[in-house]
Amino acid sequence: MDFDPLILSRIQFALNISFHILFPTITIGLCWLLLFFRIRFTQTRDIEWEYAYYFWVKIFALTFALGVVSGITMSFQFGTNWPGFMEKAGNIAGPMLGYEVLTAFFLEASFLSIMLFGKNRVSNKVHLLSTLVVTVGTSMSAFWILSLNSWMQTPDGYTLIDGVIHIENWMEIIFNPSFPYRFAHMLTASLLTASFLVAGVSAWRARKKVDGPATWKVIRTGVFLAAILAPVQILIGDFHGLNSLEHQPAKVAAIEGVWHTQRGAPLTLFGIPDEQQQTTHYAIKIPKLASLILTHELEGEIQGLSDFEGEHPPVTPVFWAFRIMVVVGLLMLLVAWFCSYKIFKYKTLKDFSLRILSWMTFSGWVAVLAGWYVTEIGRQPWVVTGILRTSDVVADHSGGTVLTTLVAYSILYTGLLVSYVLTLRYMSTKKARSLMAMQERQKIDQFNGAG
Amino acid sequence: MDWLPIFFVSVMGFALLMYTILDGYDLGIGMLLPLATDSEKDVMIATIGPFWDANETWIVLGIGVLLMAFPMAHGLVLTSLYMPVAVMLIALTLRGVAFEFRVKTKTEFKATWTWLFFIGSITASMAQGWMLGSYVMGLRDTPLSLVFSIAISLMLPCLYIMHGVAWLLVKTDGDLYCKAAKWGRLCIVPLGLGLFLISIATPIASTEIANKWFSLPEAIGLLPIPITVAIAYLVALWVLRSPKILAADYGWIVFVALIVICVMCTLGLGYSIFPDVVIGKLTIWEAAASRDSLKFAFVGTVIAVPCIFIYTVFIYRVFAGKIKILSYES
Repeated sequence: MDFDPLILSRIQFALNISFHILFPTITIGLCWLLLFFRIRFTQTRDIEWEYAYYFWVKIFALTFALGVVSGITMSFQFGTNWPGFMEKAGNIAGPMLGYEVLTAFFLEASFLSIMLFGKNRVSNKVHLLSTLVVTVGTSMSAFWILSLNSWMQTPDGYTLIDGVIHIENWMEIIFNPSFPYRFAHMLTASLLTASFLVAGVSAWRARKKVDGPATWKVIRTGVFLAAILAPVQILIGDFHGLNSLEHQPAKVAAIEGVWHTQRGAPLTLFGIPDEQQQTTHYAIKIPKLASLILTHELEGEIQGLSDFEGEHPPVTPVFWAFRIMVVVGLLMLLVAWFCSYKIFKYKTLKDFSLRILSWMTFSGWVAVLAGWYVTEIGRQPWVVTGILRTSDVVADHSGGTVLTTLVAYSILYTGLLVSYVLTLRYMSTKKARSLMAMQERQKIDQFNGAG
Repeated sequence: MDWLPIFFVSVMGFALLMYTILDGYDLGIGMLLPLATDSEKDVMIATIGPFWDANETWIVLGIGVLLMAFPMAHGLVLTSLYMPVAVMLIALTLRGVAFEFRVKTKTEFKATWTWLFFIGSITASMAQGWMLGSYVMGLRDTPLSLVFSIAISLMLPCLYIMHGVAWLLVKTDGDLYCKAAKWGRLCIVPLGLGLFLISIATPIASTEIANKWFSLPEAIGLLPIPITVAIAYLVALWVLRSPKILAADYGWIVFVALIVICVMCTLGLGYSIFPDVVIGKLTIWEAAASRDSLKFAFVGTVIAVPCIFIYTVFIYRVFAGKIKILSYES
């Protein structure tokens, strides 16, 4: 049987990057939360904040390690599977990836050790500063990677000489048209993912009765942050969509399932896209809404897929991934607001709310992956929009070679993902230190009372 | 002649040198684990706890510079080394996460993760040796190249194990310190033999390299390299075999000697390859990115690499001294 190395290389890349992005998504957001815990501790000297910090910094370290090792794999993948990309776009991709390592990766990896092991070796000030450095580092990482990704989506500031991309203007390259939107969208997504993770795990701990006062501080932090960010994210997403419509209309057409250019396009809520017949079966539509959302006019024109013959992405995955992202996003908004309301009203959460929160622990992962599938599959058949096709940059390994590594990576990543979730679960079942400290105090009080 | 590619190839060499020294010792620790008792395993892993993340980042910098300054070579080298690279990546992944998982998971899984840490370390080291071997052979697919790659893939783990031993001599005391010295005495002879054989085999296997080394007057100018390596090796051997010096806690000399060996080998390797980036196939100027790209990358590199160096030293100072059991809270 013959395997197509292009498809296999794409699956392998998708697998690697899907696995990789799970972990930075958590660490970018979680680090800001850790910084918040540390600042609160420094301000109030309330030991509970420090308990919260040390519980989550362990999970941060585990997550960070998974991000590092899968990130190393990413940096090799370009060369092993996509040498054409480096040959044609290396002038731009090389320095940007290089800057990520130089300005961010090293900072994170070095100062993390102080966050983890430095308590008795450095002052609280240096400790706080190290947390800040790692936080800025992780966000800087995101800056460079998203800048490069955005440039591949909406290239700018370059010239083509003999098919090779050359630099025209670095500012236009780094701050390319879609970058501000994508960067804001991803940072907010990370913060939301981390909010739901900390709230979800803490809610689970509360239900298992291993929680202490620190756990409740974390629940409140997570829920309130999510309640603020969820609507902000929807707004950013809307702006991002408008930007895509301007620069990548084929992607938006696939998202909306618009087959032919039309004015006053309806919004397809659900349906089954059929690329052969160029129609969406069983579509549930709201008249004019797509035009209203995308052009902010009832009769606005939206270009259809038939305008991009041979140059539009596969419709089904983009169409579905987008809907999954939106549904999960709305669910997050609903849960965050509901729980915030409950906390405001009753100062605590009942079992029902805690249960919902713990179900939502990994909701951020689902939304982020779905979102990335929209934007990455949505860029196809291009690797750099309008300049470089994915099929032109792949390495000519045999199908068997790529299949071997693909199988090995699949096994490895499945194992690691299962281990990660199980370990997180195991770490969460341990009694909170704040709980132990509280029980200790009660014992002493009882003893004093009795005596 | 444009000097920027020379600058970047030097930075790349520096990063990979740092990698062999720094990640070398934590890979070495991984490979030494089966020889230790359970409590010693914990201590050994604790000695590398604050450092391994950053150590591993040096290979990302090395590959990052290759990516940044020599995009053509990045593709050519890594496509040719597809399988060993994949094996190394999977091994590095396993080992990196095993490190975290073994202390965080249920106690009954701890031994499994420790074992995976060992497997990952040895596999990654061998894969790196394999890559180095076929790189020195100019990425050719000949039987000679194969034999040479196998030889290096056995030699490099040996070197890393020595690094691990030396690191333990720096960071531990008591029984483990003595044990490490014993492991060192076992390992240093095959290491010396390996270094010697490879020094002889390299010019035999590659005529390009032979021509560079055995022509006068270059040969005389190059003499300090093998001589320094030999002296450093003998110093390490002497320290390991002298109970008095070891007892006076001068074990760190072994680490210094190994660093000297690594620096000299890197210089020798650099001389063998320069000005090519892939021997006989691609020079650094042919492989270089456009001048505008290099200029942009140059600014960042000149500022960032010294900073990285400085804060690496800072972190090593914070966590300096013999190991006491490190835990997260204390």
